[in-house]
Amino acid sequence: MHAISASEIKTLRLSIYRYDPLKKEKPYMQDFDIDIPAEKDLMVLDVLMLAKEQDPSISFRRSCREGVCGSDGLNINGKNGLGCITPLSDAVKSNKLSIRPLPGLPVIKDLIVDMKQFVDQYKKVKPYLITDKKVDTREAIPQTIEEREKLDGLYECIMCGCCSTACPSFWWNPDKFLGPAALLQAYRFIADSRDTATEERLEQLEDAFSVFRCHGIMNCVSVCPKGLNPTKAIGEIKKMLVKRAL
Amino acid sequence: MAMNGKGTLLDASSLPVKEFDGIIVGGGGSGMMASLQLAKSGMSTAVVSKVFPTRSHTVSAQGGITCSIQSADPDDDWRWHMFDTVKGSDFIGDQDSIEYMCKEGPEAIFELENMGLPFSRTEEGKIYQRAFGGQSKDYGKGGQAERTCAAADRTGHALLHTLFQANVKAGTNFLSEWFAVDLVKNQNNQVVGVIAFEIESGEPYFLKSKATVLATGGAGRIYQTTSNALINTGDGTGMALRAGFPVQDMEMWQFHPTGIHGHGTLVTEGCRGEGGYLINKDGERFMERYAPNYKDLASRDVVARSMFTEILEGRGCGPDADHVYLKLDHLGPEIVHKRLPGVTELSKRFAHVDPAEHPIPVVPTCHYAMGGIPTNVHGQVISQNPDGTDKIIDGLYAAGEAACVSVHGGNRLGGNSLLDLIVFGRSAGLHIEETFKSGIKMDNPSDDDIDFALRNLNRINISQSGENFVQVKKDLQKTMQMNFGVFRTEELMVNGIKEVSELREKSQNIHLADKSSQFNTARVEALELLNLIEVAEATAISANERKESRGAHSREDYPDRDDENWLKHSIYFSETKQVSKRDVNFRPKQVQAFQPIVRTY
Repeated sequence: MHAISASEIKTLRLSIYRYDPLKKEKPYMQDFDIDIPAEKDLMVLDVLMLAKEQDPSISFRRSCREGVCGSDGLNINGKNGLGCITPLSDAVKSNKLSIRPLPGLPVIKDLIVDMKQFVDQYKKVKPYLITDKKVDTREAIPQTIEEREKLDGLYECIMCGCCSTACPSFWWNPDKFLGPAALLQAYRFIADSRDTATEERLEQLEDAFSVFRCHGIMNCVSVCPKGLNPTKAIGEIKKMLVKRAL
Repeated sequence: MAMNGKGTLLDASSLPVKEFDGIIVGGGGSGMMASLQLAKSGMSTAVVSKVFPTRSHTVSAQGGITCSIQSADPDDDWRWHMFDTVKGSDFIGDQDSIEYMCKEGPEAIFELENMGLPFSRTEEGKIYQRAFGGQSKDYGKGGQAERTCAAADRTGHALLHTLFQANVKAGTNFLSEWFAVDLVKNQNNQVVGVIAFEIESGEPYFLKSKATVLATGGAGRIYQTTSNALINTGDGTGMALRAGFPVQDMEMWQFHPTGIHGHGTLVTEGCRGEGGYLINKDGERFMERYAPNYKDLASRDVVARSMFTEILEGRGCGPDADHVYLKLDHLGPEIVHKRLPGVTELSKRFAHVDPAEHPIPVVPTCHYAMGGIPTNVHGQVISQNPDGTDKIIDGLYAAGEAACVSVHGGNRLGGNSLLDLIVFGRSAGLHIEETFKSGIKMDNPSDDDIDFALRNLNRINISQSGENFVQVKKDLQKTMQMNFGVFRTEELMVNGIKEVSELREKSQNIHLADKSSQFNTARVEALELLNLIEVAEATAISANERKESRGAHSREDYPDRDDENWLKHSIYFSETKQVSKRDVNFRPKQVQAFQPIVRTY
């Protein structure tokens, strides 16, 4: 970025998806002109908060504003991402910014989607340690550095929903295909040396939909704000299922 | 009964009731530790959280959990951890609580590991522990200890998600995206639940319970610049104060010197360790004047205080002269990008500068509240009798950053916040379980009691005109930042108290223009402002009252620690706006109490 005088102001044309379930009108895009200091590369969330100062009725979720809590998954100029860590320089095209709710989930209001389906799929994979190893509150279950490294790239998921709501297979079968986020979580426990329920976990996943509706489109990988790779984890599960079937 | 645009008044007779054995307000680390305990015991429990639990601020903790689990050092001793914590607190941490935390900590850590928390590991396959500030062996005589258990630099995330998962397994009932407005008390001053509404529908309820745990976290949003999440608005603290219960040591706020200006996210002290330094608007390396020997690597409070002096004396940078610069560009891109890649990314992302080319605008950032709702080691909330003795409030508990148990006293050590959450969330759960076994009897609240708890929600729902709450919040944050920052004087604080008092008046007359019921985030923000005001006023008045410098509270007009008069907790009541003193606990059960010494490192 080259230096520009601090007084310079740029006007951004922001377009926000609006929907109020109690009003009769259909969803529509509302336009705002937002003045932003030209020398600052604001985040999409900053711009949303500026728009909310103009119209306090705009609803969206936000919390940590630093990319770790997963509240503000949004569809930003057509691509899923977190509002708080997506800079305008990455998102804005021809001085226009359109913000819509994450696709594929029911909209509650404006940019707020109903995450129930997403969370239900997460719960289905039993996202917790199941172990028949000796558990004692006076010591840790042993795990080597190498065993622990297998969890890197898996445990960091923030459940923002960007991946599953970018996945055409999840759009088609959100109740039967578990989706990339839940499957990443499933593999996080399969890969954990302390977990002894691999057989039980695989058995639950072996139907035609839960895992096998993933066709390797890899939208999940391209949108994950944490740089994780659900497609790879799904591939590992598929390999284990195939091996088990032989 | 919906809150509709016509401004219908809510009242007790038509308010739906949901009843639980225990209610936990807040779904962060301490809340979910307490709920896990209750769910396992088979009690009907609800976690009332204004965000989905994994959005809670515990998720942002990075470094780790300090605890003597004897992994890095088989000879480590919880008593050494206790000594460090007492000293770090500048001797106003309660020694019975610190003893309990340090002694019970290992069991809680192993419990979390057994639940699946992906701790980093040692060569022997044990939990990895790293060195942190203020950590010693052998009561300060044996050099640096390595006592902080870590999951890479994402310990808070790993902890919060593990706890959520364990609660899913235990079948905990989450009232996710519900906002708790106020406590309900009966005529015996016992707490019998909360008024809360489901944010999605706007439907209000009386959530009735014999045990209510406030686990609502910090309130860093009273300041303009904070490392805290947008949701950290001190909701439980505000509720407690409005219900007539006191808060303790509210003047004690930890500031970190290098928060990114306008954002508050931290950049590490390692920047200055690599040779970076702070400059004012004239390009002067001002720390040479304040700390000729250690310069930019003087202790955090000294550096933060010096930065604030520069700003107040008109040598700040930027159009509003409200920050200074952290200069790294003289180190060259090689060192900046290779040794400080995380800082480079944060700086580019949030300060919009590449630190190899431009200095980073920084300002001391509000980080953590050592003060809060006073409790004993079981999480039971304490008030004060007229004669100064403690009085336990039936039915009310607090844990985590919202509480002041007090393990941090005047200054918290890094890594002790997560341990506090886990140990005292658990102890509150255990105590509630025990109390239920022995039987609790409480009178029902009267309709008047419930209506009283509905007053703020009603006032906002029927407002026709009034103050803009967004503006009141901005003004509050500005006055707190300018008058109750890293160093304090009576002159500034008296001015600040006056301004906060005026803002409180305005907050009594705020207008909510949008009366819609469904997912009305403006309603939530308006109610959050009422909590911020309570916390800010408690901070302001307590800070002016403590006439000494101790821990995070540094006064230019009273630069020394005054053990004769102020080896005490401050206790503040909102109704009278009076501050009284409470004895610090010097009665640990298994060790000799640590007596105050001069605090040097």
